[in-house]
Amino acid sequence: MKWLRRLALWVVVLMVLLLVWLFFGGRHQPTSPAMSKFAASTLRDPALIAKGEYLVTVGDCAGCHTAQGGAALAGGRALATPFGDIPVPNITPDPETGLGNWSFEDFWQALHAGRGRHGELFYPAFPYTSYTKVNRDDALAMFAYLKSLPPIRQAATASSLAFPYSIRRSLLGWRALYFKEGVFKPDPKRSPQWNRGAYLVQGPAHCNECHAARDSLGGTPQNEHLSGGQIPMQNWYAPDLSMQSNGGLQGWSEQDVVDLLQTGLSAKGAAFGPMADVVVGSTQHISRDDLQAMATYLASLPPRAAAAEQKSAPVAAAVIEQGEKVYSQHCAACHRKDGSGVAGVYPPLDGNSSVTEPSGMNATRMVLLGGFTPLTAANPRPYSMPPFAQQLSDSEVSAVVSYIRRAWTNHAGVVRPEDVSRYRHTPID
Amino acid sequence: MIRAQHRLATFFGATVLCALVQLLGWPARAASAPAIPDTLQQRIAACTSCHGVHGEGTPGSGYFPRLAGKPAAYLVRQMQNFQNGLRKYAPMEYTLRQLSPAYMQEIAGYFAAQQVPFTRSPLPPVSAATLLRGEQLVSKGDAARHIPACASCHGSQLTGVQPSTPGLVGLPYDYISAQLGSWRTHTRAALAPDCMAVVANRLGASDITAVAAALASRQPPVDTKAQAAGSVTPPLPCGVLGASGDGA
Repeated sequence: MKWLRRLALWVVVLMVLLLVWLFFGGRHQPTSPAMSKFAASTLRDPALIAKGEYLVTVGDCAGCHTAQGGAALAGGRALATPFGDIPVPNITPDPETGLGNWSFEDFWQALHAGRGRHGELFYPAFPYTSYTKVNRDDALAMFAYLKSLPPIRQAATASSLAFPYSIRRSLLGWRALYFKEGVFKPDPKRSPQWNRGAYLVQGPAHCNECHAARDSLGGTPQNEHLSGGQIPMQNWYAPDLSMQSNGGLQGWSEQDVVDLLQTGLSAKGAAFGPMADVVVGSTQHISRDDLQAMATYLASLPPRAAAAEQKSAPVAAAVIEQGEKVYSQHCAACHRKDGSGVAGVYPPLDGNSSVTEPSGMNATRMVLLGGFTPLTAANPRPYSMPPFAQQLSDSEVSAVVSYIRRAWTNHAGVVRPEDVSRYRHTPID
Repeated sequence: MIRAQHRLATFFGATVLCALVQLLGWPARAASAPAIPDTLQQRIAACTSCHGVHGEGTPGSGYFPRLAGKPAAYLVRQMQNFQNGLRKYAPMEYTLRQLSPAYMQEIAGYFAAQQVPFTRSPLPPVSAATLLRGEQLVSKGDAARHIPACASCHGSQLTGVQPSTPGLVGLPYDYISAQLGSWRTHTRAALAPDCMAVVANRLGASDITAVAAALASRQPPVDTKAQAAGSVTPPLPCGVLGASGDGA
């Protein structure tokens, strides 16, 4: 039995060593601004700052780093994830609570390698999985812009992550599975425009962080590129962005993509929910050339496999009949009897990927919440849709959503009243 | 003669064909879909479905407040407060979150300019004593507890005061009691110093029922326009009024 005791002792010693390493290992010394290879005067170049402001807008940094009613980019809010709340840091140049004491070397390590200035591993709520593709020149411009902001003193909120996620080193495994460090490499076989679009979509604009499905560990498998997925915690479905056969944007032209990103509305659909915020805060400010480049890249995404026939229960004719009745009473005046919408005002529902996306949650929540199309420079007085949460019961909403998902050329599955009830209670953030 | 007959027949045939086409609904879209009016009223369907086409509120539901005739600056400020989180009500926060100051100003102007008759909404059963207490709070306040009368800020006829004080007449019981409650639970706030938060916290729980019932049961006056700016001296410092008042 002596050997057993000795083995147990070794196991204990190894575990202690592992714990010590988990908590104290791998420390890294930050680079102070004085020691940086990039002089403060370099960072004060107005042209560099202007370029950085544009890229920070493309990256919609304010979308997460600005709290409701708070100072721009000063953090002070938490991001809800299935693993707990993650505090969003202040990225204004305040020395104590922000980036004031950061050098560009520190910033590059954060953006490119997903590590803090002391070497700590960042939670991937910060999308370094995409930002790693941002090139060094662009990162320097972004940093120069952030450094040029008025410093705001605001400490981060507390984290509510549960064990084992509360231990940052537990991310080593996650990173091995889902994170590939590396700047975007242009494809010499493609046009400069395609490469620019691919860079923006994959890098700074980090589209894949929402438009791909996340698995149970919160990662997007490497082969799932822009193929659509449910946004964690939000009950919105970010559609597949392929414009070819069976893609979520099948039938869209490159102009439709540019229109949606620039104005919030295209001939094929409208931005709403979280994408409306992205259009208002970010994409409407992207230059026409860059939007065109992004559209060119999206047009090259491969066709998708046809969806398997849904083996759901046969749809009760009575439900569809009820849905058609609700539709003609509440929806047809704007979206038209044939689901074609009104150009430039109300989006079509026929062939609209937000209506037919796999989950049905987008159409359901649109019916419940209504709302304005994005307010953009091109559409400063948008039209809106009434919220029907108060007027329609769960069964009425399920009937009308099921109806529009199967009417005209649409062939999507039905939505049940219990799904509607669930989406009714999704917090709106 | 024959040629004339032929011409007549051609004309007649064409007319019948046109009528048939119209009857059969071709082009169907043009016939079945009236044009969408380019009006603010059409654009703000998201607002009017709850607050009424003219901001009359939905008295039957007992909750959605009347907006018609409220001072425009007050309405703008409320929209801003939903945007910046001072007021918490998820459907309003969601609907307003990305509207611009210019658009909110235009929408507020629309509702402020509406003149529609008041409708009284249903009242829960309350005792005569409760109503009396409510009436007292509305018109006299409660000096012992440092509660000013509603009328001392919201106007002698409770129709509001320009530019930032809302009218209270014609609001549903549920809405008033929910708002007073939300000032106590920090889901509604105004610019500091927040005088309404002070008042709401000085009220007892039964006072909220009393004052909401008294306000909701009031007959609106003939002239429901908000009083002129500067026509009241607020008894408390209020941020929205430039913090004037004697600080009681």
